[in-house]
Amino acid sequence: MTQQFYVSPEQLMKDRADFARKGIARGRSVIVISCEDGIALVAENPSPSLHKIGEIYDKIAFAAVGKYNEFESLRQAGVRYADVRGYSYDRDDVTARGLASVYAQSLGAVFTAEQKPFEVELAVAEVGASQDLDHLYRLTFDGSIADEHNFIVMGGQADKVSGAVEGGWQRDLSFAAAIRLAVKGLVTDNEAPDLPAKALEVAVLDRSSESNRGTRRAFRRLSDQDVVELLAEES
Amino acid sequence: MQETTANKVAAHATSSFTEHLQRDRPELLPQYAPFASGTPAAQPLAVPHATTIVAMTYAGGIVMAGDRRATMGNIIASRHIEKVFPADQYSVLGIAGTAGIAIDLTRLFQVELEHYEKIEGTLLSLDGKANRLGAMIRGNLPMALQGLAVVPLFAGFDTAAGVGRLFSYDVTGGRYEEQEHHAVGSGSMFARGALKKLWRPNLPEDEAIAVAVESLYDAADDDSATGGPDPVRQLWPVVYAVNRAGARRVSERELATMAGNIIESRAAARREA
Repeated sequence: MTQQFYVSPEQLMKDRADFARKGIARGRSVIVISCEDGIALVAENPSPSLHKIGEIYDKIAFAAVGKYNEFESLRQAGVRYADVRGYSYDRDDVTARGLASVYAQSLGAVFTAEQKPFEVELAVAEVGASQDLDHLYRLTFDGSIADEHNFIVMGGQADKVSGAVEGGWQRDLSFAAAIRLAVKGLVTDNEAPDLPAKALEVAVLDRSSESNRGTRRAFRRLSDQDVVELLAEES
Repeated sequence: MQETTANKVAAHATSSFTEHLQRDRPELLPQYAPFASGTPAAQPLAVPHATTIVAMTYAGGIVMAGDRRATMGNIIASRHIEKVFPADQYSVLGIAGTAGIAIDLTRLFQVELEHYEKIEGTLLSLDGKANRLGAMIRGNLPMALQGLAVVPLFAGFDTAAGVGRLFSYDVTGGRYEEQEHHAVGSGSMFARGALKKLWRPNLPEDEAIAVAVESLYDAADDDSATGGPDPVRQLWPVVYAVNRAGARRVSERELATMAGNIIESRAAARREA
């Protein structure tokens, strides 16, 4: 019979955190930027169908880095949570804060109780009527939750990318300018000098979807064609 | 035999909102159980009923319209009720029958379609949506047998085939694809008569909307449970047009003009019926 060695809780948690961090650092970055027109979500993702960015509810979007199967199951759980809540109460009662705290609880529970922690980092973004009412939450593998302002950068070389985005961020960015800034940030994490539209996944939460498009669902995924046009525009 | 984790995960994967509720939150589903057999069923329940819905194809899509009256026996329960709803971006749903149950069902159906779209990242096919609605109507059969029936009319733009299509249902959930035009509700036979005379293939959109409004006018003329255009309260039917660009609610202003024209031409003709 093998002898069970004693491992201190500190060591155990540290090992788990190191393990999760390593998994996340392998992935490409995702950037969520709050700007004048709404919230832009930009990811480096060569797959056209396995998304890192998704719609959760009317004003709420989701972005993730790490292991696909893990964050995809969290995304689906988030959609179920939001739809059940909106159906049983009202559509206005679904908030990013509620969703983020559910995510924090499940990530925390997995981190402490399961065989291995989730190798994911999530962002939950909710677009508001004005920029001050936007909510950006960042959730890490251990269930910690942070209320961020202006933008979130997650994944691989987050520090380097974050520096580039911070330099160019302004309150009055348009979607086009915010997406160009995000792409400029993503390139610093890359060997290649620029990123083709095919390697990007871009979506936006439109601040005025009701008046512009007549729908309360603010989430819109941009096609490769849209992205090419946006990047070609000169600011 | 022990169930493997993989089996469990696969069995739990669903893109249907209704299935998710059935499994995890059954108390949130509309209760489709029939009343206990001991309940006296001497009098039918006095609950609001929604009446006439018309729908037709036109060049490039479909139009659906519903009047604004709900009745409870011989009482007008509401003059403002809406009976036509957008189901999703490319389809609309009109309801006739017990209003309370129909509105509940519509809400569930809307969430069902949106939920599928978000989980799968793609829209359900028009046939898929029509079948899903049929299953939900069948779930209401016990209530329908007690007099609380819901009969929807479903229409949408089939993005794969590039045409507008119409579906009608019976209380058992039977789904029937209709050609050209159709109407449901107590005023439907009068509306259908009008549609037969006014509709022609490849109508332009504005003419199709005018035909829908006029057929509702005819239904309101002869069916007491259908409300006509109401110039006093400025109430017009609820009309949706669906084409390749998606569903659009026709504006009040457009409808006011159309209803005004119809009333005027009928007054000018000075005929009884």
